[in-house]
Amino acid sequence: MTVAGDVVLQVEDLHKSFGSTEVLKGIDLSVRRGERIAILGSSGSGKSTLLRCMNVLEMPTRGRLILDGEAVGKPAAGGATRYREAELNRLRARVGMVFQQFNLFPHMTALENVMEGPLSVLGRPKAEARRTAQRHLERVGLGGKADAHPARLSGGQQQRVAIARALAMDPEVLLFDEPTSSLDPELVGEVLGVINDLSEDGRTMLLVTHELGFAYHFATRILFLHEGRILEDGPPEQVLKSPREERTRRFLDRFTAFRF
Amino acid sequence: MGYVWDFFAVARNADILLAGLGQTLLLSVCGIAVGVAIGGVLAAMRLSGRRTLSWPALAFTEFYRNTPPLVHFFWFFYGLPMAFGLTLPPFAAALAALGVQSAAFFAEVFRGGILSVETGQWEAGRALGMGRVRLMRRIILPQAARRMAAPFVERSFELVKTTTLAAALAFHETIYSAMVIVTQTYRPLEVYTVVAGLFFVVLFSASQIAEWLEARGRRAGAR
Repeated sequence: MTVAGDVVLQVEDLHKSFGSTEVLKGIDLSVRRGERIAILGSSGSGKSTLLRCMNVLEMPTRGRLILDGEAVGKPAAGGATRYREAELNRLRARVGMVFQQFNLFPHMTALENVMEGPLSVLGRPKAEARRTAQRHLERVGLGGKADAHPARLSGGQQQRVAIARALAMDPEVLLFDEPTSSLDPELVGEVLGVINDLSEDGRTMLLVTHELGFAYHFATRILFLHEGRILEDGPPEQVLKSPREERTRRFLDRFTAFRF
Repeated sequence: MGYVWDFFAVARNADILLAGLGQTLLLSVCGIAVGVAIGGVLAAMRLSGRRTLSWPALAFTEFYRNTPPLVHFFWFFYGLPMAFGLTLPPFAAALAALGVQSAAFFAEVFRGGILSVETGQWEAGRALGMGRVRLMRRIILPQAARRMAAPFVERSFELVKTTTLAAALAFHETIYSAMVIVTQTYRPLEVYTVVAGLFFVVLFSASQIAEWLEARGRRAGAR
């Protein structure tokens, strides 16, 4: 059924406005299975909004999403799409998300956080959910912290638990929304390391980030967003080393202004 | 010539007073139950995001928050028979007034607790594919409950004190019993001092228990 390289998630003519401000001005994007896409852009470029529209945490103003060849939602007036709640829940169960602020459930232990999705959304038996959750915690290097509440974990550890929580749903697409932006600099490495390790699985991932160096090594494809449009789309080598657009060049220069 | 205190007048009628206190507690417990049930519905209506539901709930809440409770007691006791030919016994009328009035306050406690949970928690639950009900039950309410605890206890204490208004409906709670004793003994100062003491003992012990429970909840949450 699923062949590596076929399109898993497609975004068509996506628009998003907040009040009178149009943040996304028509995004078309085909994500192929196994691709690792890094989304770059300055703040306000719409990169986080794009990611949040892909699992409809943000309701697109216009356009549609196609997951595994099936359009999500029903067309409505003005090019908008109407979504039923059950349909959104199914979509979100298949498109995982890791947040900038981790958003772990503070009243649950690390293990319970990871178990929650399989247990209450996928309806897995408790013993099985516990086993796989433990395995996912070990995968992110936190097998020994299963019984710790989030308040007892460092930011980096919390984010790794959040990654394990998303992985436990075995999503077809995994979205990372600036996963290291709220971490102390010395904790960034451990989280990026975990994300990098996930490459082995061949899982489809989209990552909004400011870590250009990581994006270069991790991604198979880089998008550069500017003022709500995709300005650049290509392999890391090309986008980061010989960008087509002046805007992209200026953006990259700001990151490479100081070197030693 | 100093006042000569005589608490024996109260002691001789302790049975009347304690029976009244029993009725006060009964009315309080029932009032909290009714208030919580209706308050829960009101809070759900306010949070539904649908105007047809949230506006009536808002109007209801604001009305009861901004009118004197004694009027509500009179309406249910004297007003219902006149307007609808429906006569309620004092306990039922007091319970209805108390329940409906406190529902408005409990609704605000629930709503405040739920709104205090960070949006990131809602998003994390949704991102896992959780439906509205499951998200509420598994993620939001357990966190909101802890933050509701203190204001909930506060409102419940207010409710216990408001039950004294039922005396105006000739319901035999503590104040009414006190008035009965006063007419027999002419010792209002002693009787009402003892009433204040009784309320203090009941509510102060309740607050100690509530504090202990809250501290235990906090410890469980931070483990």
